[in-house]
Amino acid sequence: MSLPLETALAPSTRGRALDRMRVGDLGFRLLTRAAAVGVLIILGAVILSLISGSLPALQSFGVDFLIAERWNPVTEKFGALAPIYGTLVTSFIAMLIAVPVGLLISVFLTELCPLWLRRPIGIAIELLAGIPSIIYGIWGLFIFAPFLQQTLQPFLIALFGNIPFLSSLFAGPPYGIGVLTAGLILAIMVLPFITSISRDVFEAVPQVLKEAAYGLGCTTWEVVRRVVLPYARVGVIGGIMLGLGRALGETMAVTFVIGNAHRISASILAPGTTISATIANEFTEAVGDLYTSSLIALGLILFVITFIVLAVARYLLLRIERRVG
Amino acid sequence: MNQLYASRRRRNRIAMGLSLLATVFGLGWLVLILGALIWHGFSGLSVAVFTEMTPPPGSAGGLLNPIVGSLILTALAILIGTPIGILAGTYMAEYGRYDRLTTVVRFINDILLSAPSIVIGLFIYEVMVAPMGHFSGFAGAVALAVIVIPVVVRTTEDMLLLVPNPLREAATALGISRAVVIRKVCYRAARAGMLTGVLLAVARISGETAPLLFTALNNQFWSVDLNGPMPSLPVVIFQFALSPYGDWQRLAWTGALIITFAVLALSITARVLAGSRKES
Repeated sequence: MSLPLETALAPSTRGRALDRMRVGDLGFRLLTRAAAVGVLIILGAVILSLISGSLPALQSFGVDFLIAERWNPVTEKFGALAPIYGTLVTSFIAMLIAVPVGLLISVFLTELCPLWLRRPIGIAIELLAGIPSIIYGIWGLFIFAPFLQQTLQPFLIALFGNIPFLSSLFAGPPYGIGVLTAGLILAIMVLPFITSISRDVFEAVPQVLKEAAYGLGCTTWEVVRRVVLPYARVGVIGGIMLGLGRALGETMAVTFVIGNAHRISASILAPGTTISATIANEFTEAVGDLYTSSLIALGLILFVITFIVLAVARYLLLRIERRVG
Repeated sequence: MNQLYASRRRRNRIAMGLSLLATVFGLGWLVLILGALIWHGFSGLSVAVFTEMTPPPGSAGGLLNPIVGSLILTALAILIGTPIGILAGTYMAEYGRYDRLTTVVRFINDILLSAPSIVIGLFIYEVMVAPMGHFSGFAGAVALAVIVIPVVVRTTEDMLLLVPNPLREAATALGISRAVVIRKVCYRAARAGMLTGVLLAVARISGETAPLLFTALNNQFWSVDLNGPMPSLPVVIFQFALSPYGDWQRLAWTGALIITFAVLALSITARVLAGSRKES
């Protein structure tokens, strides 16, 4: 019983085709895996390069770098306290405004808004996130800051002028630009992040829970306050942390309106600086290794702060995703 | 009893009123910013903006070189970043869906996604500009590519995860290898979503300024030399807006108008694309 020639040959051609497929598959698999590892390498390289770049500054100033306020390019004495302070204060002001407003908008979108309007309003709010930060900067400098200088700031100075403590917090003159203006611009910029995430977690609250509460005779506000918010708490905090991460690292908008003064003032109407604004303003003009290295060290501090904030945010959001999924 | 009802109802009305107010407040900013852009930028819009170089202070000119520079930088960044992003996303959704590595990469990628872009600029300065000894358009493109990668990784993974498993099983049952299944079946099924991701990445980087400040720097003149400093629209806006010259500030507004509408058009297109896929 002899096989015809064709079928006798077939297994070996098939074998070769299979081999080729196997090699192709293995190659593609390794290629994609390398790309995935590449993402990790990028992060590692960012951290390593920042550390190596900031070594000269950290070695010559030590802990002083973190706690000194001085920033003197002429005598080459640098301390990061003023930019760190500015970064934290502007972000704090931003969150103070953006968190309640963002949460209220998501309440409106999930509970009050007629269905046909939800998508357009949601998209409009997200478009706010799409506007490049330099646009916020130019708008803040030419339109928003002069407006504040003429209206809100004199009002605040007059209002709190005679109250102890608050009078120094709102001590004038109204420059227009300054820490408060930067905080307000940041609030507008992080608003869409907080809104879209809290809207998503509000929508993930099971309808049955809400209906049960309504069935007991709760008002809409009571349902939001006692059912939706407690249920969505973890996700909301995750969204807030994500917004905070954005606010801390935001560069261009802040650079335009903060005034770039390396000092810590009690008044939030006074000009200040943030880590990112200092780097953006001074890096290309920095002469000398120590100056450059100090600016890179500022970048390292910023990266460490935002990394921690973002890691916490992602962890919290991951937890809520697991619960939903 | 009646008093309690009344106070609860009043509280409810106040809270709901506030939430309506907050929405108007949030949307108000969008209107104010777009309004200001159109008001200040539209008057400067003319053919000269697209055909002439950036002027020295006090004379007329356009934004041709930064516009071209921005287009080159963006295209190059997408060209570098997209393949890496798509491959990494493919690994996470296909080969290594249940891997430890995938969990770690997803976490790190999400952090890179919102990392401060100025830090990315510092990083590229350290690894490219300082060793090479000069600023270059290429360094700027790489810095933007580092921002593109996490966006593309995220959308690629999400979209591939949405591809139903029976599709993969049917293709595998035909005896096709995994690599071919991914390329010929999964990519095709997830195409619209993956394209959305690339569009979003373009929208994201075309307005980025911070990572370009000390990588591509800027250039007053016409330059398509990737090895030298390269102008870009956001950096020129930054420089012109902070200058004391009226002409420069007007050009900055016009540039801002161009960028904003380009970015908004891109993100709306991306959304429509993603939306139509969901409905079909």
